[in-house]
Amino acid sequence: MNEHGILRVVSKLLIPFIAIFAFYVQFHGDYGPGGGFQAGVILAASVILYALIFGLEAAKSAVPPSWVRFGMAMGVFLYGGTGVATWLLGGEFLNYSVFTPDHPSHGQHYGILLVELGVLLAVASVMLAIFYAFGSRPVNHPGED
Amino acid sequence: MDILSLLPPWLLTHGVALLVVLPLLAGAAMAVIPRERIAWTITFMVMLICMLCALTLALQVIDQGRLSYKMGGWEPPYGIEYVVDALSAPVLLLISAMAVICLFYASPSVKAEVEPKKRAAFYGAFLICAAGLLGMVVTGDAFNVFVFLEVSSISTYVLVAMGHSRDRRALRAAYDYLILGSIGATFFVIGIGFLYMETGTLNMADMSNILDGLDGGSRVAQVGFAFIVIGLGLKLAMFPLHMWLPGAYAHAPSFVTIFLASTATKAALYLLLRFAFTIFDLSFDYVVTILSQFVLVLAVVGMVFASIQAIFQTDVRRVLAFSSIAQVGYILLGLSFLTLSGLTASYVHLINHAFIKGGLFLAVGAMWYRFGITRVADFRGLSKTMPWTMSAFTISGLSLIGVPLTAGFVSKLQLATAAWERGYGWAVGVILFSSILALVYIGRILRVAYFETPPQINGVEVLKNEAPLIMLIPMWILAILSIVIGINAGWVVDAAGRAAELLIPTQMIGRGL
Repeated sequence: MNEHGILRVVSKLLIPFIAIFAFYVQFHGDYGPGGGFQAGVILAASVILYALIFGLEAAKSAVPPSWVRFGMAMGVFLYGGTGVATWLLGGEFLNYSVFTPDHPSHGQHYGILLVELGVLLAVASVMLAIFYAFGSRPVNHPGED
Repeated sequence: MDILSLLPPWLLTHGVALLVVLPLLAGAAMAVIPRERIAWTITFMVMLICMLCALTLALQVIDQGRLSYKMGGWEPPYGIEYVVDALSAPVLLLISAMAVICLFYASPSVKAEVEPKKRAAFYGAFLICAAGLLGMVVTGDAFNVFVFLEVSSISTYVLVAMGHSRDRRALRAAYDYLILGSIGATFFVIGIGFLYMETGTLNMADMSNILDGLDGGSRVAQVGFAFIVIGLGLKLAMFPLHMWLPGAYAHAPSFVTIFLASTATKAALYLLLRFAFTIFDLSFDYVVTILSQFVLVLAVVGMVFASIQAIFQTDVRRVLAFSSIAQVGYILLGLSFLTLSGLTASYVHLINHAFIKGGLFLAVGAMWYRFGITRVADFRGLSKTMPWTMSAFTISGLSLIGVPLTAGFVSKLQLATAAWERGYGWAVGVILFSSILALVYIGRILRVAYFETPPQINGVEVLKNEAPLIMLIPMWILAILSIVIGINAGWVVDAAGRAAELLIPTQMIGRGL
């Protein structure tokens, strides 16, 4: 990989910005186009770019597969947990208004923020899980590709 | 209802959502739980709670009629509405009860058939599949149906593929199912898209009202209906669209086969009833034409052709799989009469067939567990080597044929009566003929099991080696249930009758005849 000097330098420069852009898309999703799904894909793309340039092993040591597995479940829990919290507060499943009974619209805001964070975590982890799964396949048939 | 007043009020209000949320979250939890034992326990507890929840809902529906739940507190038709009524409550109970019965059986069977590392994840996929099936039935939102259809389908592909450590062909079967299932789901969602385009709503009740106002003249809705029938036809294995089913049933782990055979096609059949009779209804000429001509012909051809194919299979699970396609034909036949008695018969058979086929696949799975049996020829002397398992198989088998005093007889009698009332004397003949074919393919297995001696290994007969108790209990529950329904079918027929009345309201009776 040492020969791709330009790729290495440019991607090293870009990766942090891609990750930050993911969070911009995430948090600006309330006001403009965006949200958890798109942000998750962009965040995963930054890791995938890292894996493409510096190798799968380097990416796996930066973001270990065990984290990815954990993140998938955590994302769903964050989403579902928000719903369970609204249940405990006496509302319908995912009725965020119960978070702040005085200002239902504030509750909606907090609720959607939590849920979208769950989506971000789940989507980014699943993207990486799929990439790791395909990337880690042992090459058994050298003649076939 | 006295029982209802004993239950916590929270459950009565939120049980509808709990039914779907609980298995879905527990399914995600399985991704981080490495221990098989804990995974099984959690899965079992979750499905048990779901079953109690479904039971509560069924009682509530009898008590109060239609239940509606506003997801996220948004009023329907703007938000997603979950609905339980006389049509969906029995199916919900069926799915969750079958899941609990299968899970008893799962712990030895999964140990034998799935790789150790994947067992916790296997239970996770199962929970998500169950959540998808329950969600499909409980939701009152047309697009939400598609989402849950995909949730259940994708986890089913995974479950079928998990059979690969027992039988490599499971991978091929799962891939076939993936391709055909995705085509089915695509057709279905195109249909939903057309309906959304025409009505501007996704709420089923709202959609139905708006479609009624269109006076049957909407070409877009007509095309949408055709897409939905084909898409669901693929999912429920309507005759020429059944190609995925035999492979998937024959090569999946036995636990998966049992669960799928008794619930997955049933949930899709439920959706067909829901779409054809409550969203669309019999006031549309094209609905009448498609159901009473197109579906009728496919049902009859499927009943005869799939039964004949079942006779020529060497693998027992393929025999039963082709039989399932024939039984779907029976259910579709009842539906195509467009009468109350026809729909009642169809719904009764939907429930009975789940119990019957579940019982048969349970017995076959136990036989594989003990002796590695998959072919009909291997059944030699099983009445002596596995007497309890074989007698459970026999009872469910007789029920499948439709011998009096079994559940199969009840549903076939209902269906034949409905055919006669409709003026389809020939259909009674087809039902009889198809039952004779069932007698041949089940009788062929029974003959080998009862009249041939057990195989000999080194000159010594194979000794009696009964299935473990934990496998015998679920298969006998289903076998006894078959007889109970055969003797007193009142409760099943009543439930089916209530569902049929919902599907054909009084002002629609006699339409399309």
